[in-house]
Formats: sequence, C-alpha cells, structure tokens
Amino acid sequence: MHWPIDIVVLTFVIFCAIAALSVKDLLATAILFGAYSFLMCLLWTIMGAVDVAFTEASVGAGVSTVFFVAAIFRTSRRTKD
Amino acid sequence: MRVIAFIIVCLTGALLLYGTTEFPDWGDPKSPASLHVSNYYIEKTYEDTHAPNFVTAVVTDYRGFDTMFETAVIFTAGLGCFLLLRDFREKKEHYYQHIPTGVILHLKDEKKSLPVGKEFGYMDKEWVPPDLINKTVCRILIPFIQIYALYVVAHGDYSPGGGFQGGVIFGSSLILLAISYDLKTLVKRIKERLLGIFAALGVLIYAGTGVLCLFMGGNFLDYGKLAPLLPGHSDHIRAYGMLVVEIGVGIAVMAVMTIIYINIVSEGRHDEGL
Amino acid sequence: MSDVLSLIIAKYNYWLYVILMMIGLYGMIAKNNLIKKVVGMNIFQTAIILFYVSIGYKTNASIPIITTADTAHGVVVRAADYINPLTSCLMLTAIVVSVATFGYAMALAVRIYQRYQTLEEDELRMRLSEE
Repeated sequence: MHWPIDIVVLTFVIFCAIAALSVKDLLATAILFGAYSFLMCLLWTIMGAVDVAFTEASVGAGVSTVFFVAAIFRTSRRTKD
Repeated sequence: MRVIAFIIVCLTGALLLYGTTEFPDWGDPKSPASLHVSNYYIEKTYEDTHAPNFVTAVVTDYRGFDTMFETAVIFTAGLGCFLLLRDFREKKEHYYQHIPTGVILHLKDEKKSLPVGKEFGYMDKEWVPPDLINKTVCRILIPFIQIYALYVVAHGDYSPGGGFQGGVIFGSSLILLAISYDLKTLVKRIKERLLGIFAALGVLIYAGTGVLCLFMGGNFLDYGKLAPLLPGHSDHIRAYGMLVVEIGVGIAVMAVMTIIYINIVSEGRHDEGL
Repeated sequence: MSDVLSLIIAKYNYWLYVILMMIGLYGMIAKNNLIKKVVGMNIFQTAIILFYVSIGYKTNASIPIITTADTAHGVVVRAADYINPLTSCLMLTAIVVSVATFGYAMALAVRIYQRYQTLEEDELRMRLSEE
C-alpha cells in the first residue's frame, strides 16, 4: 500500500463526513454521503479487500443514495442544523 | 445538548486512542486476526472447494449459515418496509394526457377511469415530462447493466462479486427504469406480487439447498453431498453449490431493493414517484 | 514528546478511524434532524468496518483471489501471500445489513413525516406532548 494515497483519501473521507453532517440542505447531504461511500470504496481497494469495495460501490454509492433521494422527495429538504 | 455530546464524544475518542497503543503494527502478517482460522482458509480453500475467490468461499461455504440469516435480514427489511408504508386506498384524483393534442385531463371522480392506450396516457400530479435523451440512453443502457449483474452473480467464485452485489446491480437497473420513465412503467412490468414472490423465493432457494443436503445424507449446507444431482466434475461440486446459493441471494436482494425503493418513493401507493 | 509523535506516525490509520468514528457518534447524539442522525449512524458503521478491514491487511500481500500459479497440483499456498479473507467476509455481511437498516430507517422517516409533517426532533417532541 502506498501511504501518500492512503493519507490523501483518508483526509477526503473525513472532510466528506464533516461536510455531510454540517450542510443545511438534505439533498446536499445525500450527494456528499454518496461521495463519502465512494471514497470509502477506494480506501478498501487500496487495502486489497476487493469484495468489500465492490459491495460498497454498488450499495453505498448506488442504492443508498437512491433511497436517500427518494426519502427526501417524500419528506423535506429543510433542516435546522 | 451539544456540549454534553461533545464531552461524551471526546471521552470515547480519548479512550479509543489510548487503546490504539496496544494494537498490532500496521500490515503485520502476525497480527492475531490473521493467525488461526484465516490461515486455514487461505491454504485449504482451493483444495476443498475449487473456488479461487477466498472471500466468496468463506461467505457461502464455510460460513454459509451466517449468510443464510443475512439473506433473511434483507427479506425482513423488505417485509418491514411493505408493512410500514403500503397503502391500499385508491387515489381520489386521476390525471390523464390526451396524447395527440397534449391536453391534460383531471378526473375528480374516483369511479371513472379512462382506457390507457394510444389515445390517453397516465400522468403524475407533479409531472415532469420524461426527457427524450434520458429515456433513450437508459433504454439502451438497462439491458447491459442487467447482463453485467448476471455476470457478477455467475462469476462470484472467480472474481470479486457474488450474489449480493449482482442482486443490487440488477435491482438498481430496475430502479433506473422507474426513474427514467415513470413509476407506473416499472409497476406495470413487474407486478408487486411477483416481487414479493421473488423475495421469498430467494430465501427459499438458500434454505432449500441446505435442506436438500440434509436429505442427501450430509450436514446442513454441506454442498459436497449434492454430487449426484449436479453435472460436472466432482471436484467442483462445492463451487456449483455456492453458485446455486448465490443465485438465491441475488434474486432475494434484487426483489427487496426494488420493493424498498417503490414503497419509499410513492409512500406505499405505487402510483407516482420520482 | 517524540515518543508520542512516532506512535502517531506508526499508527496514523487507527487515529484517523477513531476520528471518523467520533464524527459519526457526534452526529448521532447532537444532530436534531432524524435523517442526519441516520447519516451519523452510517458513518459510525463504516468507520468500524474500515477498522476491521484494516486489521486484515498484510504488507506485500495480494488480494484474496488465488493466482493461477498457486492452483497447480502440489503447490503449497503460503498464507502470507494473501490478505486475510476472514475480516473481508465478516464485513461483507455488515455492509449488507447496513443497507437493510438504512432502507428501513428511510421508510420510518417517510412514515413519521406523513404523520407529523416534520423530521426535527424538538418539533416532534412538541407535537407528541400536545397530543
């Protein structure tokens, strides 16, 4: 494993996590959460756990985001924090 | 509240950070997690099962019982969404479009309905006309996504992938159909009852394979005993058993993902959505 | 001081996972919106999964799919050549369960919104006390 790639991706992951929790629009949270999942999938590919990475790419970045957007479509985008 | 939360989080974090000093070094082949049973898996999996992918072999063969209940969890999630959201009441108002002229009809009487065909088409209340480019691209793309999903299921023991991933990809191709056209297209093509049957059938295939092994004189999910039933060389029989089980997982997951999506996006009424 | 610094450099991965987990825990406790709480829960989950997967990593090892050279008859497979498949397999199950809980949580959120027209925790408490 190459540690510079690891550190860069981990930093992005942490930024995405903080941003997903702190933006005041739930649709933005959905997209940032998808980005978070995809970066997580990259991290697992770097570590060699290819099956886990594949699952996360199809589940976290794909279906979870769709469920999220569908739920926001039926509720509201508004959030106070 | 925020201050309390911050204190709790900091305390937990400090304890965990203190704990990291005892952890094995990064990437150490002698760390406790990779000493005992995992070495057996790596060294003996190919001999035992002839499946090149260790992870699939461990998931569906050595720890098959675990995965069976995982599939049951998925099935339960779909069932829960159905029971929580499904709403069988008929919608009061209907919107139709007269296709040759583009005139929109709004029927307030719930008894009346128009024949849907060449002349009239369904419409959603908050309607956005399906974009021609989106529709065409998705129409071309969906079959390829589905073939890819089948490839992922079939090659689960040779490459990364397996029943779960393939099922999710297949389910998302159906969801793509619902997004690019409209929800009615999907619901009309795949009936709700069929999806429910698929979800149950997947779990049944998995559990049924286990019971079949019992009848053939082995333990539960002991695929080696299926040799008289499956074609091919007897060395590969465990890999074939894994494939059967993965197909079951794939069917269940595909159906459940679609059920959850349809129920969330239409609030359980199955009429209009994203 | 230099001891602490060398400790951080040797185990920086674990430190970053702990930070990620703290972010998730904070989101679960302090956020007011129910969907934000679910996002916090998912971040917590992925941090733990990340930790487990990283335990199984071995330096100079390949992905857990056997190479054609090792499939030949009579070749002894060396465990140090492949990363640990056990942690991957356990975490595969965890991810699957996490998507099931996520979908169900979204369904619950939709149901709550249908009934109370809000997803904010304090407004929900107010509505509940009014009833």
